[in-house]
Amino acid sequence: MIPELGHFAIIVALFVASAQSIFSLVGAARGNRLWMSVSRPAAHAQFALVALAFACLAYSFVNNDFSVLNVASNSNSQLPWFYRLAAAWGSHEGSLLLWVLMLSGWMSAVAMFSRHVPTDMVARILGVMALVAVGFFLFMLLTSNPFDRLLPPAVDGRDLNPLLQDPGMVIHPPMLYMGYVGFSVVFAFAVAALLGGRLDSAWARWSRPWTTVAWAFLTIGIALGSWWAYYELGWGGWWFWDPVENASFMPWLTGTALMHSLAVTEKRGGFKSWTVLLAIITFSLSLLGTFLVRSGVLTSVHAFATDPARGVFILGFLVFVVGTSLALFAWRSPRVGLGGQFKLVSRESALLTNNVLLMVAAASVLLGTLYPLFLDALGLGKISVGPPYFEAVFVPLMAPAMFLMGVGPLARWKQASLPDLATRLRWAFALAVASAALLPLTMGKWTPMIALGLLLAVWILASGVVNLRERVTQLAANGGGHPAAYLKKLPRGYYGMLLAHAGVAVFIVGVTLVNGYETEKDVRMMPGSTVSIGGYSIRLDGFEDIEGPNYSGVRGVLTVFKDGRQRDVMHPEKRFYHVQQMPMTEAAIDTGFTRDLYVSLGEEVDGGAWIVRAYHKPFVDWIWGGAFLMALGGVLAVSDRRYRLARAAQRKGGDATVTAAA
Amino acid sequence: MARALIPLLVFALISVFLWVGLSLNPREVPSPLIGKPAPAFELPQLRESGGMVRSEDLKGRVWLLNVFASWCTPCLEEHPHLVQLAQRGVVPVYGLNYKDKREAALQWLGRHGDPYTGIAVDVEGRTGIEYGVYGVPETFVIDRDGVIRYKHIGPLDPRVLDEEVLPLVARLQQ
Repeated sequence: MIPELGHFAIIVALFVASAQSIFSLVGAARGNRLWMSVSRPAAHAQFALVALAFACLAYSFVNNDFSVLNVASNSNSQLPWFYRLAAAWGSHEGSLLLWVLMLSGWMSAVAMFSRHVPTDMVARILGVMALVAVGFFLFMLLTSNPFDRLLPPAVDGRDLNPLLQDPGMVIHPPMLYMGYVGFSVVFAFAVAALLGGRLDSAWARWSRPWTTVAWAFLTIGIALGSWWAYYELGWGGWWFWDPVENASFMPWLTGTALMHSLAVTEKRGGFKSWTVLLAIITFSLSLLGTFLVRSGVLTSVHAFATDPARGVFILGFLVFVVGTSLALFAWRSPRVGLGGQFKLVSRESALLTNNVLLMVAAASVLLGTLYPLFLDALGLGKISVGPPYFEAVFVPLMAPAMFLMGVGPLARWKQASLPDLATRLRWAFALAVASAALLPLTMGKWTPMIALGLLLAVWILASGVVNLRERVTQLAANGGGHPAAYLKKLPRGYYGMLLAHAGVAVFIVGVTLVNGYETEKDVRMMPGSTVSIGGYSIRLDGFEDIEGPNYSGVRGVLTVFKDGRQRDVMHPEKRFYHVQQMPMTEAAIDTGFTRDLYVSLGEEVDGGAWIVRAYHKPFVDWIWGGAFLMALGGVLAVSDRRYRLARAAQRKGGDATVTAAA
Repeated sequence: MARALIPLLVFALISVFLWVGLSLNPREVPSPLIGKPAPAFELPQLRESGGMVRSEDLKGRVWLLNVFASWCTPCLEEHPHLVQLAQRGVVPVYGLNYKDKREAALQWLGRHGDPYTGIAVDVEGRTGIEYGVYGVPETFVIDRDGVIRYKHIGPLDPRVLDEEVLPLVARLQQ
C-alpha cells in the first residue's frame, strides 16, 4: 500500500510538472499573467508530492518491506536502521528519486525567494526547471521505478554494499546532489534570460547567490566523497580520477568559472554570453555525469548496475535539454551585446584568463574521461586513461590559475597597471619565494613540486592579506580613524572571497605536503612486534574478535608511541559481511592537525602474523579542511547584507506592485 | 552567429560518440594474435626475490597472462576473481605489470591479494606492444606450444571465466 502511494505520488508529480512547464512557458511567451501564476503553487505542490514519494520509499526501507524489489536488492533486516535509511538512496532508482526530490526542493525555494524577480522571468525559470523534472519523472516511471514490487517477496534482502555502510556515505550523496541539481537553477535562469531576451546585471545579481550555494554544496559533496575514499577504501588515497569522480569534478570546475564570470557580469556588465554559456555547460556536465554513471558506456568502480534502455533514455534526454539550450544560445546570444571594454591588464582579464584555464582543465578532464569511449567508437582500440594523464595535464593548468588568484582581486577593473601591481605585491611575492625555498628544507626534503606548491599557497595567502590591508587603509584614509576599525565594515561577500581563496591555499598545502612527505610501510607483524614510521613507533598488541550487526571479523590493537611515551591506541578492523560475502578493511586513523597516522590490516599470513600497512600522512586533513573553507566562503558570501537588503527592499516594492496589480 | 554555434556543434559531436558508445561492448575486440605464437619475453620479476620471468620456461604448460597495473581502476574489478582462480589452482596465472612503478604495484598486490605465479615487469610497455595490448586489464590464454588461443579485453568476470576461459583451459590441458 505504502509503495503504491509513493508510485502514485510520482505519477501525479509528473502531471503537475508537465502542466507547470506548459502553463509557465507558454504563459510567459504570451504575457498571460493567469497562466504564469500557476508556476509558483505548482512548484510547491511538486515538492510536496516528491517528498511524499521519498518518505514512502524511506518507510519501505526502514520497515524492511522486501516485497519491494529495490528494498530487497539493497537492504537487509540485519542492517542498522540508519543504513537502511541511507540505502534508500544507495541504489540507482533511489538516487534518482533523491535527484528529483532535490530538484523540486530547489524549485520550491526559487518560488519562495524570488519575489523581487519579475513574474515572467520567474515563470520561465520554474517552467524550464519543471521541464527538466518531467524528463526525470518519465525516466523513473519508464525505466527505473523505485517502487517495483517483487512477487513473491524475498525472505530477506541482499544487503547494502558494505562499502556504503558508512556515516560518510549517508551524507555524501545528498550533498553532492544538492550541488549537481542546484546548478539547474542557474541553468534555468540562463535559459529564461535567453528566452526573455533579458540579460543584464540584475539577472546576474539574482543568479549569483543560487550559483554560490549550489557550488558550496558540490564542494562539500566532493570533499566528503574523497574523505570517504580515504578512510574506507583502506589504502589512504584520496582521489583516483575515476570516471565517476571526474563526473562530479567537471561541473565543479565550470561552476567555479561561472561564479567568477557572474561577478563580472553583475559588476561590469561584461562576459554576458560567456556567463550564459557557462551556466548551460555546468548543468550539462551534471547531466552528462548522470549519463556516464548510469549507462555503462564507461567502466568504473562506482557504476550502478546498467541497462541499455536507461542509457538510451538519458542520452535522448541529454540531447534534448543540452541541444535545445545550446541552440537557443546560438540563436539568441549574438544579440546580447558586449559589455564594457577592458584593457589587457585588468581584473576582467585576470578573471577571464582564470575562467579559460578552468574551462580548459574541465575540457581535459572530459577528454580523459571520454577518450576510451572515443577510441572505441572509432574502432581504434580500447584503452584506460589513468592518473598519470590527469596529473600531467592538471598541474600545469592550475599553477598559473593559482598565481592569478593572487593578482586578480587586487587588480583594478577595466585597466590596471602592471608596475603598480608589482609594487603592491612585491612583499607577498618575496614571502612566497622565501617559503618555497626554505620551508621544504626544514621538513627534510626539497623537490621542485613541493616548492611550487608552497610558493602558490603562500602567495595566495599573502596576497589576500595585502588585499585586506589595502582595503582598510584606504577606508581609513578617506574616513579617518584606525584602519582596524574598518574590518567590521567590509561586506561579507568580500570576506567570503578571501576565505574561499584561503581555502584553496590550505588545500594546496595539504596536497603538496602529503604527496611530498608521506611515508608508508607494508610490514609483516606478529603480536608484540613494532613498526616505526614518521617518528612514531607502533606496536601490535594483539587481536580481538568482533561481532557486528551484519558482519564479524577481527580487530587489531596497536599502541602508538612517540619518544617513548604512549600517544594513542588504534583499532583497525578486518570485517566479513555475511550477506554479501565480502571482506572489508576498516582502517584506523589517528587524526592530527599536522599529520594522520593511518593503519590498516592486510591479509593474515601463516602462524598468526598479519600484513599491516602503516602510513604517515603529513597535513592530509588540510585537503578536506581547505575544501570546507571554500564552501564556508561561499556560504559567507551568500549571507552578504546586500542580498538581504535587496530582498527586504524588493519585498516592500513587490507588495506594492501586487496591490497595484490587484 | 557562427561563433555562437560552436558549443552546439561540439555537443552534437560528443552526442554521436555517446550514441555509438551505447551500442558498443567496451570489452570485445578481435585480436590478430590468436592462433599465433605468443611473443617471447624475458623480463625481471616484480617481487623482491628477483630473477627473470621467461616465456620460454613456460613451454609445455597451459598458462594465463594477465596484464595489470596498480593505476588501472577496472583491474580492481577483476582482481578478486583472479585471486579465487589462483586459489583453485587450475591454471597458473602470470602477471604482466604494465607501465607501473614497482613500489606501487607491490603495495597494490599487498592490498588486494596476489594471485600470480610469477610477475613480469614491463616498465616501458614494450612487451605490451608486442602482445597488442590495447588497455589494461587484458588476459591471454597460452597453450603448451606457446600459442595464444584466446584474448579477453577488460576485466574478467565470473561469466567469462566459467564459460570461456576455464573450458578452453580444460580442453588445452587434456
